[in-house]
Amino acid sequence: MRIHKHHLFWPLAMLAALLLFNLFYAPEDFYTIQVRNGHLYGTLIDILNFGAPLILVAIGMTVVIATGGIDLSVGSVVAISGAMACLTISKGADQDAIGLLVEAIALSIGIALLLGLWNGLLVSVIGIQPIIATLILMVAGRGIAQLITSGQIITVMSDRYGYIGSGSLLGLPFSIFIVVAVFAVAVLLTRRTALGLFIESVGRNPSASRLAGIRSRYVLIAVYLFCGLCAAIAGLILSSNVSSADGNNAGLWYELDAILAVVIGGTSLTGGRFYLTGTVIGALIIQTLTTTIYMIGVPPEITLVVKAFVVLVVCLIQSETFRKTLVQRWQTRRYPAEREVAKHV
Amino acid sequence: MSTGQEREPYLQMSGIYKHFPGVKALNDVSFRLFPGEVHALMGENGAGKSTLIKVLTGVYSIDQGTVTLGGRDVAIHSPLEAQAAGISTVYQEVNLCPNLTVAENIFIGREPRRFGRILWKEMNRKAEQLLRDRLQLSIDVTQPLYMYSVAIQQLVAIARALNISAKVLILDEPTSSLDRNEVEQLFKIMRKLKEDGLAILFVTHFLDQVYEISERITILRNGEFVGEYEAAQLPRIELVSKMIGKELELLGELPRAGGEGRAEAKESLIEAVGLGRKGAIEPFDLLIGKGEVVSLAGLLGSGRTEMARLFFGADRPDQGQLLLKDSQGGVHSPRQAIDAGIAFCPENRKTEGIIDDLTVRENIVLAMQATRGWMRRIPRKRQDEIAEQYIKALNINPPNPEHLVKNLSGGNQQKVILARWLITQPKLLILDEPTRGIDVGAKAEIQKLVLSLSQRGMSVLFVSSELEEVVRVSDRIVVLRDRKKVKEMQDDIGQQQVMQAIAGG
Repeated sequence: MRIHKHHLFWPLAMLAALLLFNLFYAPEDFYTIQVRNGHLYGTLIDILNFGAPLILVAIGMTVVIATGGIDLSVGSVVAISGAMACLTISKGADQDAIGLLVEAIALSIGIALLLGLWNGLLVSVIGIQPIIATLILMVAGRGIAQLITSGQIITVMSDRYGYIGSGSLLGLPFSIFIVVAVFAVAVLLTRRTALGLFIESVGRNPSASRLAGIRSRYVLIAVYLFCGLCAAIAGLILSSNVSSADGNNAGLWYELDAILAVVIGGTSLTGGRFYLTGTVIGALIIQTLTTTIYMIGVPPEITLVVKAFVVLVVCLIQSETFRKTLVQRWQTRRYPAEREVAKHV
Repeated sequence: MSTGQEREPYLQMSGIYKHFPGVKALNDVSFRLFPGEVHALMGENGAGKSTLIKVLTGVYSIDQGTVTLGGRDVAIHSPLEAQAAGISTVYQEVNLCPNLTVAENIFIGREPRRFGRILWKEMNRKAEQLLRDRLQLSIDVTQPLYMYSVAIQQLVAIARALNISAKVLILDEPTSSLDRNEVEQLFKIMRKLKEDGLAILFVTHFLDQVYEISERITILRNGEFVGEYEAAQLPRIELVSKMIGKELELLGELPRAGGEGRAEAKESLIEAVGLGRKGAIEPFDLLIGKGEVVSLAGLLGSGRTEMARLFFGADRPDQGQLLLKDSQGGVHSPRQAIDAGIAFCPENRKTEGIIDDLTVRENIVLAMQATRGWMRRIPRKRQDEIAEQYIKALNINPPNPEHLVKNLSGGNQQKVILARWLITQPKLLILDEPTRGIDVGAKAEIQKLVLSLSQRGMSVLFVSSELEEVVRVSDRIVVLRDRKKVKEMQDDIGQQQVMQAIAGG
C-alpha cells in the first residue's frame, strides 16, 4: 500500500518501464548477453560500462545539489582530468610503467581537487551564487583542457591505462568496480559520519543551521571537493576507454545529464534530503534511454528531441506535486498572491 | 465618538472573515475610516493587520463580510481594482526602483504618452507639480531616486500611490526606517493630506507616533476585532493591555519562580557593556547572573528580539562588547556563542529554528553534533536514546523520533528546538517568544521548564510579549520601548508596573 511512497519507487518504476519497452521492441539485441574469452558482452553490460562516468559525476553532483547548490563545471573537469592524465602518460618513455601511471592519476585527481576547492571557495567564502560560480569554470575549464592538450587530441598507447576504462575483472567491466567503490565511499562518508546530516541541514535551512552552530563554509567546500574528485575519476575512465584525450568534446554536456540523474533520483534542486541510490538509478535511466534511442533507430538528427520528450514525461510522472499544483492553481486563479500563502501555511 | 457619529465613514468594512488553512486570520473584523482623519491600526504580531490591509487592497479574497466605499458595496479583486477605487497603498518595504529617476518612479506603468511615445517633459513637469502641490516637496525629479534619503524615497512612494482620485491612503509602517526629523517631515505631509480630505490608515509599532498623529485607533488581537477608540480617550496603558490581551488566566496555578534563593546577589555570568546595533537597538548595559531568569518585555518592534540576538552573536553588534565571566574571548558568531555555553531558540521557528525536512531525532541532535564535528558522529543508538529521553521529558507529540518535524504542531516544534539546546547543557538559554502561537497547555509546560532549569543553575534570557508570563517566570525584567532599554525592574514586579513602563509617556 505504502510502497509507492518510498523514494525509490518512481525511479525504479521508470527504469522498469524502459526495460519493459525494450523487452517488446528489441528483445534479442537488448537482452542478449554473451560470454567471449571469459568476458560478458551485451547491451546491458554496455549500459553499465558506458554509464559509469555519468553515474560517478552524478554521485558528486548529488551532494552539491543537496546543499542547495549546483556544479556546472563537472563536464570541463572531466575533460581536464583526462587531458592531464593522457599528457603525462604520452610524455613517458615507457607508457606502461606503473610509476608513470600513478603519477598521471595523482596529477589529474590533484588538479581536479584544486578546481573543486576553487568552486567551493567562490561559493562559500566569496558568496557567489553556485550557478554563476561554477559557470566560470565550466567555460574556462574547456580552455584549460585545450591548453593542456595544445588543442590536439592526445593519444596514448598504454594497456595499463586502458584497463581503467575498458578492462575486465571477474568477467565484468572494471569501471563498474570503480563505480561501486566510489558509491560505497560516498555512502560511508555521508551516512556513517555526520557529514550527511550537515549537508542536508545546510541545504534545507542555511540560517537555522548557522544558529545551530554548523560551520556551513566547510560543508560547502567539502561537497565541491568531492564533486571535483568524482568528475576527475569519470574523466580517467572516459579517456582511458578511448585511449585519448579530447579537450574539446570529452564530457561535453555531462553536467546536464548529471543534474537530470540527480533530479530523477528524487533529490530536490532546492537542497535538503538527498538519495545516492536514487541518483544511480537516475543515471542508469538516462543511459538506458540513450542506448534505447540508438537501438530502435531514431534518426540521428532528432534523437535529442526524443530524449528530451521522454525525460519531460519521466519528470512529470514522478512529480507528486504536479497534479496538486494544477488543481491548486485552478482553485486560486483569481488571487495569485494566495497561492503563495496556501503553499506556506 | 461624537465626531464619528455625525459624519458618514468613507470606508466601512464589517463582519470580515478570512481564513487560511489552519489559521483564522480575520474573525468578524470591522473597520471604519472617515475622510480627513488619520486612523491607527494596532495589534501585535499575528493580530491580522496585514491581512486586513491585503483584503482591502484586493491581494486576498474575503471569505465573508462586506466592504462599502463611499456608500456603495464593492468587491475588490486585485490591487489594480483597489487603485481604481481610490485606495492607495504604500507597503512596508518601499518597492521603488532606485536606479530610475524620481519622475519615472512616480509614473511607472502610467506614463503620459502620445502615439506610444513617452512624453518625458510632460512627465517631469507633472511629477514636479504633484510633489510640490501635494507633498510640499521641491526636488529635481530627473535625478535617480537613490540620490535621495530614505525619507524622500518614502514620500516619492506616497506620491506614486496618490493619483488624482485617491480617497484612501494606507501607510504600512512607513516610519520604521526613518529617524526623528524624517518622521517629523512625514507627519507634516500626512497632516496636510488629511486637511485635503484624505482618509489615512496608519500602521506603526511606535506608540509615541500613534498618539502624535492619529485621531482614532482600531485594535486587533489574534484576528479578532477588539475595539475602535478615540485616541484622546484611550490611555496608553489601556491600549497596551488591549493589544496584549489576557488569556493566561486559563493557565491555572504555577509556582511563582524563586523563593528564598533569588534575593541573594547572583554571581555574574555574562555582561553586555554599551552593546548596540544601529537601526536595531540602541546601546545598552545588561548583566545576567548565574541561574537568573531575565525577561525582556516590550511591544513588537521595541528591540527585544534584537537585544536577544546580540547576546547569541546572531547579529553583529556595531558597538560595545559582550563579556563572558568564565571564558576569555567574545561572542562574534553563533558558533562562538555555543562554544561559550549559550543557546538560542529564535523567534521565528520555521525559518530559523527547525530544519523541516529532517526528523525529530535529527533536529534534536543537530546542535550537539555540530559541536562534536563531522568526524565524531553520535552513534545511532545514542541518538535514539537522546531523542526518546527528550520526547518523554518534554512530552513531544507524536512521540515518534522518526517523524518529520514539519508535520508537528508549532508547540511541539518549539519543544524539539528546546530539546536541541538542552542536550548541549548550556549555561545561558535565550528563549525568544518560546510560547507564541502554541496552545495553552504547551505554554504552561514551557514555563514550568524555564523555572526548573533556573533552579538547577541555568540562566535564562526570556523574551515574551505576554506580561503574565514575563512576570511569572522572571527574577528581573528589562523593559524596552522604541528600540531602547528604558527600565530594569528588580523587585516587587507586578504586571501593572511593567505595563506602565512599556507604555511610557
